[in-house]
Amino acid sequence: MNDMTPTREQREAKLEGMGCKRKRVEDIRFTQGRGQYVDDVKLPGMLHGDFVRSPYAHARVKSINTEKALKVPGVLAVITAETLKTVNLAWMPTLAGDVQMVLADGKVLFQNQEVAFVVATDRYTADDGINAVEVEYEQLEPQIDPFTAMDPGAPVLREDLTGKNTGAHGPRKHHNHIFEWTVGDKDLTDAAFRKADVTIKEMISYHRTHPSPLETCQSLCSFDKIKGELTIYGTFQAPHVVRTVVALIAKIPEHKIHVIAPDIGGGFGNKVGVYPGYVCSAVASIVTGKPVKWVEDRIENLTSTSFARDYHMTTEIAATKEGKVTGLRVHVLADHGAFDACADPSKWPAGFMNIVTGSYDFPVAHLAVDGVYTNKAPGGVAYRCSFRVTEAAYCIERAMDILAQKLGMDPAELRLKNFIKAEQFPYQSALGWEYDSGDYHTAMKQMMEKVDYAGLRKEQAEKREAFRRGETREIMGLGVSFFTEIVGAGPSKNCDILGIAMFDSCEIRLHPTGSGVARVGTKSQGQGHETTWAQIIATEIGIPADDITVEEGNTDTAPYGLGTYGSRSTPVAGAAIAMAARKIKAKAQMIAAYKLEVHEDDLEWDIDGFRVKGLPEKVLGMKDICWIAYNAPPPGMEPGLEAVSYYDPPNMTYPFGAYLCVMDIDVDTGVYKVRRFYALDDCGTRINPMIIEGQVHGGLTEAFAIAMGQEIRYDDTGNVMSGSFVDFFIPTAVETPKWETDFTVTPSPHHPIGAKGVGESPNVGGVPCFSNAVNDAFSFLGSTHIQMPHDYWRNWQAAKALGVVG
Amino acid sequence: MATQAKKTQVSMKVNGVEVDGLVEPRTLLVHFIRENLQLTGTHIGCETTHCGACTVDIDGLSVKSCTMFAVQADGSEITTIEGIANADGTLSALQEGFRQMHGLQCGFCTPGMITRAHRLLQENPDPTEEEIRFGIAGNLCRCTGYQNIVRAIQYAAAKINGTEFQEAAE
Ligand code: FES
Ligand code: FES
Repeated sequence: MNDMTPTREQREAKLEGMGCKRKRVEDIRFTQGRGQYVDDVKLPGMLHGDFVRSPYAHARVKSINTEKALKVPGVLAVITAETLKTVNLAWMPTLAGDVQMVLADGKVLFQNQEVAFVVATDRYTADDGINAVEVEYEQLEPQIDPFTAMDPGAPVLREDLTGKNTGAHGPRKHHNHIFEWTVGDKDLTDAAFRKADVTIKEMISYHRTHPSPLETCQSLCSFDKIKGELTIYGTFQAPHVVRTVVALIAKIPEHKIHVIAPDIGGGFGNKVGVYPGYVCSAVASIVTGKPVKWVEDRIENLTSTSFARDYHMTTEIAATKEGKVTGLRVHVLADHGAFDACADPSKWPAGFMNIVTGSYDFPVAHLAVDGVYTNKAPGGVAYRCSFRVTEAAYCIERAMDILAQKLGMDPAELRLKNFIKAEQFPYQSALGWEYDSGDYHTAMKQMMEKVDYAGLRKEQAEKREAFRRGETREIMGLGVSFFTEIVGAGPSKNCDILGIAMFDSCEIRLHPTGSGVARVGTKSQGQGHETTWAQIIATEIGIPADDITVEEGNTDTAPYGLGTYGSRSTPVAGAAIAMAARKIKAKAQMIAAYKLEVHEDDLEWDIDGFRVKGLPEKVLGMKDICWIAYNAPPPGMEPGLEAVSYYDPPNMTYPFGAYLCVMDIDVDTGVYKVRRFYALDDCGTRINPMIIEGQVHGGLTEAFAIAMGQEIRYDDTGNVMSGSFVDFFIPTAVETPKWETDFTVTPSPHHPIGAKGVGESPNVGGVPCFSNAVNDAFSFLGSTHIQMPHDYWRNWQAAKALGVVG
Repeated sequence: MATQAKKTQVSMKVNGVEVDGLVEPRTLLVHFIRENLQLTGTHIGCETTHCGACTVDIDGLSVKSCTMFAVQADGSEITTIEGIANADGTLSALQEGFRQMHGLQCGFCTPGMITRAHRLLQENPDPTEEEIRFGIAGNLCRCTGYQNIVRAIQYAAAKINGTEFQEAAE
């Protein structure tokens, strides 16, 4: 070997494959302002559309007069429900099996509901048109509180459902009832409670909030009358699903619909749903024959497209006096707003809420969820979590702390006592899931050691004494949370969206000179797929990541996939990528065997090519194989080197983690300080540690916001009280705590590369961690549970209620 | 109610180039930049002066261009994200810092964030972490949790000052 021959380490490093902190490909354009987001796309002759919205939460629409608006110079059309009825689009199906008004049809059911769509030459003129539309309303009694929605005298919200005693998910008990969903064995659970030494019961609310990505929802539709083709640019987390849904409801053949999701400025679940703006911009383009753009403003985003949470969870645990849990019983009252527009796999009206047994070995459990209508915006999306998993994790993690308090046990000790043990995996949960893998004790102990848990508890005990002696007005809380996520929807046997199975896909095409392109059915909104997908391929087939272009978001070129949400990209598409790469590798091996004149079995893979076993100098690199595949393939073999894989996962993946928060609260002001936050995540095989850590930082920041103040709040008449960034809490760099990250690695046994998902774990585990810290701080003063969000004012109220401030 | 009015001529220097255009008095500067000048790197995240996605540099100050009329910027000198790279087209120290330190994810806040940091480092060439956090508090990011943005700015400051960037120990 001469000095120029690269070492194995150099060859390996050149690939920038899995496990490497590869710098992101996307950043080159984003740091220079050269990203292309929907509002950056401009088409010749483009018009702008914008909505007239309802000022009322519940009202009858008596008349809509568009005459004056149409006289405003530059206004070309005003679309109302009447216009939409001519194309059968006044209502649209939701992902949850309900229907939703596209534009107010007879009634409005929430404040800022879409009433009419004004189309004009530019955004300013559209706004002039909006101001000139005259709508006459007759106010009706609003139903805001979900707890009284099923009272006998509650107002009827959904007149369209009159007489329908059955919904998409079974019988309806009341005119404002949507569904009841139950899982688990009720009798066995009730029996466990009868026998229990100790039980706890608490109503744990997870308030309404909103994903609020920095870029709002937007679309640009262009209908080509001559070709009969519709092109849609949009902020879509799942572009192929949009194409199929449009084909089904607009009756345009699917091959004549082109959906393009360009760069997306964050999604967090907000961009999964189908919104009236998308439909109206498409109809407006068909009506006017011109491209029509719709761009939501921030207030519209917070008040009309897809809230999250709003789950009110009455939670009971049964346990022995030694602290072994024996049963879990949860009833959820779910506020869905005016339409059930939850973005869950269709058979799951409450998402994967049945992961509520968490990381603990509950022998029996029972869960019942009642969904109700109220006069609030529709939605119920998974805000940076797998479907309703953050609600479930909050519920069980708060309840375990309450149980620990009742037993006089340390919350960490209680968890260690009840964890599913490493040898129990694959583990069948009482509510029907098969957990693929985990090692909870190791993760928890690593966390406790790294933060000096015992030392922190000792400090807390001293501080409490000092508080009792009147030497300090500060109380200290330790928030422990241990979560199990369930991500990677999902196996076609139980996961679909409107009948579309939730597989994902990848197509890899290598070029003769040894570079290539990979097209994937997912869609990054900041996750960095262009970077990480190439890393998987680099490791699998030895082509440097830099030589692989990754494309997503164009339904004309990408293979069919179900998109990116619920941390499904790595578990599902990540597997498809590895499988497509392995098909290529198999063909490459045949080529290498022919060229090196040996049997295929005599070859072994070595970083970036094949070599003959025992003859290290007889090698053929992938780059050369690419050329040969096209230009001199073995006799009888088709030329070319490409593969496609559609992956239907056999199971979900179950990432987990152990978090700890140290918080100090001044009881006289309610002001809190996060002194320390430690997050240990186990997401199986780690593809790019830099990106994983970045995702953990971001998810923790969202969790911090949600737990400590971020809320969509309504007054009694249905006015939104936090509909802009003035009142909707988005932490700045000043408030945001510093994050410490750590990890363990427990690979998924059924995933080709052992990877799970990670982007949402920090939100799932973070919210209970913050909330437990606040509750732990106050617990020695006699409180068991304080509802989120824990802003300064509420902390001060809590201190007052506990009698420690005057 | 705002209505259409006669258009006014405005001219300004943007990223070193003299530009002019006809705008309504109510036209926001961010729309003039994005629509008339086709410089779409400057983003809109709120239109209420909270998020900073629309931050540009005007006559030596960081300004949220969603809350300024184009006519108010008449005669001024503006730098947008498209004018931040080095003269030879390579990434500036800040742009490089954001990439090296993973200071961005979806990239939507990034132009405003970098444009703000660009001014911050001229106001205070060697800021502490606390000064950086305070200095970018007018710019919201939904993806990163700011920690790596702070490191990105520290990286750039070190590079500009010719000192060695010290990775903050976790
Ligand atoms: S768009 Fe200007 S501050 Fe948000
Ligand atoms: S990177 Fe997405 S908002 Fe900052």
